[in-house]
Amino acid sequence: MAMAAKTGGTSKSLRIRRHILGYLFASPWLIGLLAFVAYPVISTIYYSFTQYSVLMPPQWVGLFNYEELFMYDDLFWTSISNTFYYTLISVPLGLAVALGLAVLLNQKLPGLPIFRTIFYLPSIVPVVGMSILWMWLLNPQYGLINGLIHDIFGIQGPGWIADPAWSKPALILMSLWTVGGQMIVFLAGLQGVPSYLYESASIDGASKWRQFWQVTVPMLTPTIFFNLIMGIINGMQTFTQSFIMTNGGPADSTLFYVFYLFNNAFRYFRMGYASAMAIILFIIIFILTLVVLWSSKRWVHYETA
Amino acid sequence: MATPSMKRNERITRSSLMVVMVGMGLAFALPFYWLISTSLKSDAQLFVFPPVMIPSPVMWENFALAMTKIPFLMYFKNTMVIVGSTVLGVVISSSLVAYAFARMEWPGKNVWFGVLLATMMIPFPVTMVPMYLVFKNFGWINTFLPLIIPSFFGNAFYIFLLRQFFMTIPHSLSDAARIDGCSEFRIYWNIILPLVKPALLTVGIFQFQASWNDFMGPLIYLNSDKMYTLALGIQQFQGIYNSQWQLLMAASTIMTLPIVIMFFVAQRYFIQGIVMTGIKG
Repeated sequence: MAMAAKTGGTSKSLRIRRHILGYLFASPWLIGLLAFVAYPVISTIYYSFTQYSVLMPPQWVGLFNYEELFMYDDLFWTSISNTFYYTLISVPLGLAVALGLAVLLNQKLPGLPIFRTIFYLPSIVPVVGMSILWMWLLNPQYGLINGLIHDIFGIQGPGWIADPAWSKPALILMSLWTVGGQMIVFLAGLQGVPSYLYESASIDGASKWRQFWQVTVPMLTPTIFFNLIMGIINGMQTFTQSFIMTNGGPADSTLFYVFYLFNNAFRYFRMGYASAMAIILFIIIFILTLVVLWSSKRWVHYETA
Repeated sequence: MATPSMKRNERITRSSLMVVMVGMGLAFALPFYWLISTSLKSDAQLFVFPPVMIPSPVMWENFALAMTKIPFLMYFKNTMVIVGSTVLGVVISSSLVAYAFARMEWPGKNVWFGVLLATMMIPFPVTMVPMYLVFKNFGWINTFLPLIIPSFFGNAFYIFLLRQFFMTIPHSLSDAARIDGCSEFRIYWNIILPLVKPALLTVGIFQFQASWNDFMGPLIYLNSDKMYTLALGIQQFQGIYNSQWQLLMAASTIMTLPIVIMFFVAQRYFIQGIVMTGIKG
């Protein structure tokens, strides 16, 4: 009896020791969570209700920043519509191209490793280098793209990033060049589709096209779902390309949300205003993610093995 | 079963697929070709329409010129200090925390793991302003510290990735070591870490890439030319020499090259990392 109580006591203290040890191992992240996530997030919420120019201490203004953003700031709405335009087109288009390339690579055609490398490489090019390269590719007068348009179709190409109507399509086109990462994910997903599914489909007389829509796509929906959410989160935060290539122009046509937020924070030193924008961005991303998550019940197919 | 007509159909499908593949391959390779060929062109060949595809004469000196007009060595050194420190920081801290999540028992672990996953959803701009103000109060603006220090506190994405790898190692291994009186830290350091070297390499490569490519961080925190990274320095250069495309392309090539070389050397780890995060995520 006494023995049992004693061992129980040691194992209890041992357990507590192990618990402390667990927290100790996790402590870098826990401290980081406090310092680099919890504190800044709470501060951003607080600052969003203040006017804060860095030089003077923050001044409580209630909902004034939000009111100004929603009611009086046209550029805020411009940046929202630009960002939605860009995200809603580039993300689905990017997924389609990535999936198309992955399916091509999965066909056991010759030269596969070379093509896989060619498709993947653009996605690791540093965004600064890529932006400068594409400025030159898209140059309306001397760029390669308009040169090819001229050679093939015999017409003058558009002004691309120099033309407000073409600047967003230009950036979308550029984004399609970097779908390599998603393509690799799809390729791995494709290789995970059991071959008996295709075999039984072809015995049933399904054409390759039908097999793609009835077998491949449903089996890949979890991967599409993941890439869709990541794509939306990243697309909503587009910044560097427009900062380098267009400086938000021409005529604010590439003034994306985070760019406008950055301008408010670090060019106009309106920290409170920028914080309110950050909170709104978080809510937008949160809602979009919830919508995709909610819709996923209808279209994401999980294998129940 | 396979009639000659079916075989012929198959051949036609395969050749048309090959045509599509080659077409796409050309489309994806062309920007690279334009990058390299422009970097080797002379002034006279730049502003010509239709564009010249093959540089003649080949101006290798463009690379030397770009590297002298941009204080390249200084930017490279700055970049490597940041890259090296963050790779070290991220690998050590993330592996330690991932070990706690994968192989230790502590109260609230699952809740914290949920928090960890949730933090991955927080967009950078939400923490940007207060972090800037904090680092400003510390007097850390125009130093590398704001870009380096956070990496020593784990990164949710890498912790998640490493946890997946740690979980695949059988528990019997650490149990045996525990019975032998091994401390938990020694089990982590001497037994488990050596077993997940490929995963650590993957994390290191990802962080190298992220830090090498990072633009917004240096843009916010670094404001004197002497502190610039390659990404920021080349962008500033672009603002000044915005029509010297041959030099800009040479600079972009030099900045891209290390990442491309790293890809060819460590291809497996690139692919593995992407697949791990994409599929299991």
